[in-house]
Amino acid sequence: MTSDKTEVLIVGSGFGGAIAAYHLAAGGAKVTVLERGPWLESKDFDHDFLLGSSYTRAFDFVVGDGMSVLGGNCVGGGSVVYFAAMPRAPRFVFERHGSIGRRMWPAEITRDTLDPWYDRVSESIPVSQQDWNDVTYSGGLWAAACHHSGRTANPTPVAIDNAKCTNCNWMMGGCQFDAKRSLLTNYLPAALAHGATIRPLHEVQKIERTDDGGYRVHYNVIDDVDYRVHTESGSIEAKIVILAAGAGATPVILQRSEESLGKMPHGVGRYFSGNGERLNTAILNEDKVREVLGLSREDGLAYEANQIGKGPTVACWDRLDENLPEYSRYSMEQLYFPPGLGTILAQVPGGDAPTWFGKEKKEILKRWRSWLTIFLMTEDDNEGVFGSPPPTGNAFRVSQQMLGRGALKYDPTPNTLSGWAKADAEVKEIMEKDGLAKIAPWTNDVVGAYTVHPLASCRIGDDAGTSALHPNHELRDHPGIFVTDGSAVPGALTVNPAMTIAALAERAVPGIVKAAQNRGIDVKYGAPSPDGATSGRRGVTKLALSLAGD
Amino acid sequence: MTLEAYADTIVPGEKRHPDDHAIAGVSEGPGSVEAGAIELLETEATGVTAGLDFLVPMLNAHAKAYAEEHELALDPSLPEFVALSYEDRVQLIVKLTKNGHPEKDGWVSLALFCNMAFDSAPHLSTAQAIADGHPGLLAMGITKPDADGLWRFPNYSYGRQLAELHPDTTPSGSPA
Repeated sequence: MTSDKTEVLIVGSGFGGAIAAYHLAAGGAKVTVLERGPWLESKDFDHDFLLGSSYTRAFDFVVGDGMSVLGGNCVGGGSVVYFAAMPRAPRFVFERHGSIGRRMWPAEITRDTLDPWYDRVSESIPVSQQDWNDVTYSGGLWAAACHHSGRTANPTPVAIDNAKCTNCNWMMGGCQFDAKRSLLTNYLPAALAHGATIRPLHEVQKIERTDDGGYRVHYNVIDDVDYRVHTESGSIEAKIVILAAGAGATPVILQRSEESLGKMPHGVGRYFSGNGERLNTAILNEDKVREVLGLSREDGLAYEANQIGKGPTVACWDRLDENLPEYSRYSMEQLYFPPGLGTILAQVPGGDAPTWFGKEKKEILKRWRSWLTIFLMTEDDNEGVFGSPPPTGNAFRVSQQMLGRGALKYDPTPNTLSGWAKADAEVKEIMEKDGLAKIAPWTNDVVGAYTVHPLASCRIGDDAGTSALHPNHELRDHPGIFVTDGSAVPGALTVNPAMTIAALAERAVPGIVKAAQNRGIDVKYGAPSPDGATSGRRGVTKLALSLAGD
Repeated sequence: MTLEAYADTIVPGEKRHPDDHAIAGVSEGPGSVEAGAIELLETEATGVTAGLDFLVPMLNAHAKAYAEEHELALDPSLPEFVALSYEDRVQLIVKLTKNGHPEKDGWVSLALFCNMAFDSAPHLSTAQAIADGHPGLLAMGITKPDADGLWRFPNYSYGRQLAELHPDTTPSGSPA
């Protein structure tokens, strides 16, 4: 058992952790980051499905009861394994009522008040709009299908350096070419340059209060090959703790800490949202792609390009209409999902049961190159609840890496089911028009619903009854503990959430700096972007002063 | 042989020889077994290997009960699950993997890895597996990498505007 001291202890190195680590280190605080996953560099990011390659080292798949969560598990967190789509959430999202019957976001947060923070992130990462030449065959096909059925379609804003991208479609296991602007290329190296320490393979177990009003954080050290094995344990004391372990793990750490910290706010481990996500697999008729949409590749093929690309490049936003009722708004985005865990959930369109395994399923696997995956992000009802925490981590680990069984329970309400059904029906209408394809949603029967964007298990809000965090991200009744990851987002966003998680983390920092100062830490707020740019800082200067309470 | 029959129900293949009982032979071309399902299940990293010794007798016990329930006569020289027809194997797996079945997690894990043996071959290095003619990866049409083992696609785009932009797109390229 080892013990140590720092000023600011951050749990997790994804968007929430890395952004806070950079600003606090740059401001002069002693910052230590504990990250449960390994520290991989670009040379470690394999093009390989082999167990033990970066595909299994860098992310976790946790099966719950009715919901499974796919998340990052490495230094850089979700940013290393995500597909780098970075849209801002539409205006109506901040006005959503969700399951509580009144506005769920804090009154002070709207799209207008968050836009300057989005701008900071956009400059820091950086995020850029793609043009039609960046759009992959699969994105182009989706755009053409949308157009053919009278809809619009947009190239999505992304955090990709297109000049470096080889369209290898391996980005879920990390980007070997450094084309994906993960946190390993911006906030984290800047945090390290300012003296922050990152300890990989440190999985936080629980938090307890020290006699001087600070906190002691207990961790286990994880074996770097077999994550089921703990090699040692220890603790570290800090004056401020920032939890950013992800929406599937942050509430579990707090649940396990309740015995030592005292009662948690009601919102801890409740109101989980899967961002209303659905995946549909279309199996294209190549002849119709050519005849109906007029598409063909340089090599003469019409499509057959499922393997080629870089994640989502085109989305249809026609249903992101604030005038539509809640639970009927959603985006429809083209996405690549690699073989492995995902492929088994694809169903034979219109087939006889069972549709997820068996001889008909094998026949559609043979047509894999003609698959197009459409990703639906709808408005769910925040109905996920975490049960009793497992002894360590956020799941009982099954495999050496990647696969675990968690305590999340998700029983979709009629609102959520209705939103899913509407989105499924629309994408079917688009993809099956004039015989373009046959399409079916992934089955929920095997591992429950499936999200790659877990949210809201420890959310901000104005109301103590339905939120775990004050609007400044401080845990209710536990001063000095902040949460800055996806768990703080109040509900489903109808678009990819990384940009909003990052903007909220940026917005939380001035208040955290102020709390650190009040606890005697010599730290200042006001760092530029990680590369030294300052326009984003200028945009939030006045906002930051008010958030810090000055 | 029982595990082979399970894997062959998830991704079926053709019989390896006329007396092949494990493979039901309902599909042309290799299936999960030939793709390496048993090798994958016996790879410790999966976390299911230690459980196989328990799952095999459980599966045969379920098959025996299924046969009794449906008044099927099974070939006594074969493990009970192997003795079932493909259609009956399917029905039994549907039952075992259904929501609410107390052993669902185990049977789903087994199905996941049997499927993965075919569609991603995680017991093998992918580039090498393709070079060696892995039947699942080849059936899916996954292309060969460049000489350095990495994939690159210099041609990737239709290269033209294919839809009108949403009218409420902001200068940042996001929805309004």
